[in-house]
Amino acid sequence: MKTQIKIALKYLLVMTILTGIIYPLLMTGLAQICYPSKANGSLIMKDGKIIGSELIGQKFDSSIYFWSRPSAIGYNPIPSGASNYGPTSDTLKKQVTARRVLFAKINSLSDESVIPKEMIFASGSGLDPHISPEAALMQVDRISQFRHFDITRKEELLKKIKDMTQAPQFLYLGEPRVNVLMLNLMLNKI
Amino acid sequence: MNEAIQLILFMVLLAVLSPLLGSYMAKVFMDEKHLMKPVFGWLEKLVYRISGIKSGDETDWKTYLFGILIFNLFGFVLLFLLQVFQSWLPLNNEKLPNVSWHLAFNTAMSFTTNTNWQSYSGENTLSYLVQMLGLTVQNFVSAATGIAVALALMRGLTRKTTDALGNFWADMTRSVLYVLLPLSIILTIALVGQGAVQTFSHYVNATTLQGSVQVIPLGPAASQIAIKQLGTNGGGFFNANSAHPFENPTPFSNFLELFAIIIISAGLVFTFGHYMKSKRQARAIFITMFILFSIGLAISLWAEYSHNNVLNVSGAMEGKETRFGVMNSVLWSVTSTVTSNGSVNAMIDSLSPLTGLVAMFNLMLGEIIFGGVGSGLYGIIIFIILTVFIAGLMVGRTPEYLGKKVEAFEMKMVILAILAPSIVIKLFSAIACSVPAGLSSLNNAGPHGLSEILYAFSSAAGNNGSAFGGLNANTVFYNLMIGFGMLIGRFGIIIPVMAVAGSMARKKITPVSSGTFRTDNWLFVILLIGVILIVGGLTFFPPLALGPIVEHLLMNLGVGF
Repeated sequence: MKTQIKIALKYLLVMTILTGIIYPLLMTGLAQICYPSKANGSLIMKDGKIIGSELIGQKFDSSIYFWSRPSAIGYNPIPSGASNYGPTSDTLKKQVTARRVLFAKINSLSDESVIPKEMIFASGSGLDPHISPEAALMQVDRISQFRHFDITRKEELLKKIKDMTQAPQFLYLGEPRVNVLMLNLMLNKI
Repeated sequence: MNEAIQLILFMVLLAVLSPLLGSYMAKVFMDEKHLMKPVFGWLEKLVYRISGIKSGDETDWKTYLFGILIFNLFGFVLLFLLQVFQSWLPLNNEKLPNVSWHLAFNTAMSFTTNTNWQSYSGENTLSYLVQMLGLTVQNFVSAATGIAVALALMRGLTRKTTDALGNFWADMTRSVLYVLLPLSIILTIALVGQGAVQTFSHYVNATTLQGSVQVIPLGPAASQIAIKQLGTNGGGFFNANSAHPFENPTPFSNFLELFAIIIISAGLVFTFGHYMKSKRQARAIFITMFILFSIGLAISLWAEYSHNNVLNVSGAMEGKETRFGVMNSVLWSVTSTVTSNGSVNAMIDSLSPLTGLVAMFNLMLGEIIFGGVGSGLYGIIIFIILTVFIAGLMVGRTPEYLGKKVEAFEMKMVILAILAPSIVIKLFSAIACSVPAGLSSLNNAGPHGLSEILYAFSSAAGNNGSAFGGLNANTVFYNLMIGFGMLIGRFGIIIPVMAVAGSMARKKITPVSSGTFRTDNWLFVILLIGVILIVGGLTFFPPLALGPIVEHLLMNLGVGF
């Protein structure tokens, strides 16, 4: 028994050093060499300032931008999280109805138009950087109007959305999507 | 169409790769020549030398068990202390305060028992030091502990008239060095390549396009995520777990993580096959698990795509990420609950009632459909012994498994192992439903509230760790209740399992004859599935009826809460 206790103490120390210090340090070193930008959060710089991360969604509620998904945490990442409302929650039902009405109104959509589901439901992380290409296209008219785009610039915008749409990875994995922050950065350059 | 292809790809890869990994692990644990021996062999010897381990010395079950218990106790104490003193320790970039005693107790219990229930949010609670020196270490060793217990049981069932069940420390070391560590290294780099973060930098202040300030958390996340999936731990570096873009940035990272969750548990079934010197026996167990997994998956997918009459939508996206969509979210909820991996890529609280039910039922069965690494295998062996016992009663013969007679002592231990977690789930849930401290933490009203409580204790007892995240669990009441629930759910099974291993090892092996009840054919697979579903169903149907089932029926009528 005494030997086992001694071994246990020493073993915990050895494992702590091996898996708790050497392993994460080695991985950090490798990651920083192989993928420095990604390992540090895929940050986007503009004029020497950090304006965000490509992977972390931002709140967009201005008429001149593509809107991102609803977020239970208002895109404040400390901490990330979701609404956790259940499938029969009346609160969720009210929220969904309100979002439907707002999205249809702001984008002047007809009553019959089906709003993509990600635009009326909040994401799991609260930081979802993507929306579906359909959701982006529905916002083009509004953005063009508020930015006073002529026909050629609107055409350019539509083409850019198509270019920036990410198809399922390796043809089959995941869903088609488009990054809202990257879309809006592109908007400012048109 | 895409959905079907992803699903089939996942299933086929699982069926093809797990026997290969199983063979490799058999070589590792039988100490034969294998791929990683030349790479890490020196490290194995070094670990033995520093710790004073004589790897060739095999012990009886009591010494083996004592090693497990004492090592886990020390691990618990270290993790507890790291948390309550974190503000005075280095690598606390964000100047986070010390963790409260009850949260530290819960978290230490959670990670040493391979549960990874999280009453906290990683970003604003734990320093980088605690995450790596405390949590990452336990991610490795709690997984290795599970494998060690499974190995002891495999040896107990396949050796004859001996006390020797192996050397706990050697089993641990080999699990870590030759299985968990190499796979973790590969997965970490792959995840970073997809965009997962791995850095010691401070959190970053960004000025968003609309002009507000956004604090972006960072950290050595990828290295922890890799082992959290491979070791069926599941504890997220960030609060949103694998829904967080820094933990799971792309559909490909999602696929890799999903696969990592299940592959070692599935592989160990075939490792057992090598110990039994019978591929057929292993295949029967694998098929049983595969069928139960597929049934759960089918129900979940059907339920999630069905129409929700309250929200008036099919395939709701609440709590789900755009890049994963409905199918990958459901595949994850099933895969992570059949294995005891508590990670989520979509919020289980917001899934449809029956999808939540399947997830919960998987936990209630005791994490035996693939299950946790090691724990899944010893869990299903418990059910196998119960099944041969019941079959033996039916035909009036002394029940045998692998030529070993199953007698009163083993049956007592088996029943104990099945009852311990069930008692936690029902009794603790009943207490939580009866006191204000239990009810005040709820996030949802109506039957969904009951589901939140029931799920919490099922997750604790099954050592899973996933949650109906709406429940505010960071209270003294829940931290203590769930903490003890996890303790009973872990060692309430490990102790009887080790006793069974010890007593089985001492028995003779009766040669196979025409009268032997076979455990490697379809009849047995069907019997085993029947026993698992009947035991689980009889035990848990009443609370499930009051929670998710009634919610489903009311949802169909359009009744919200």
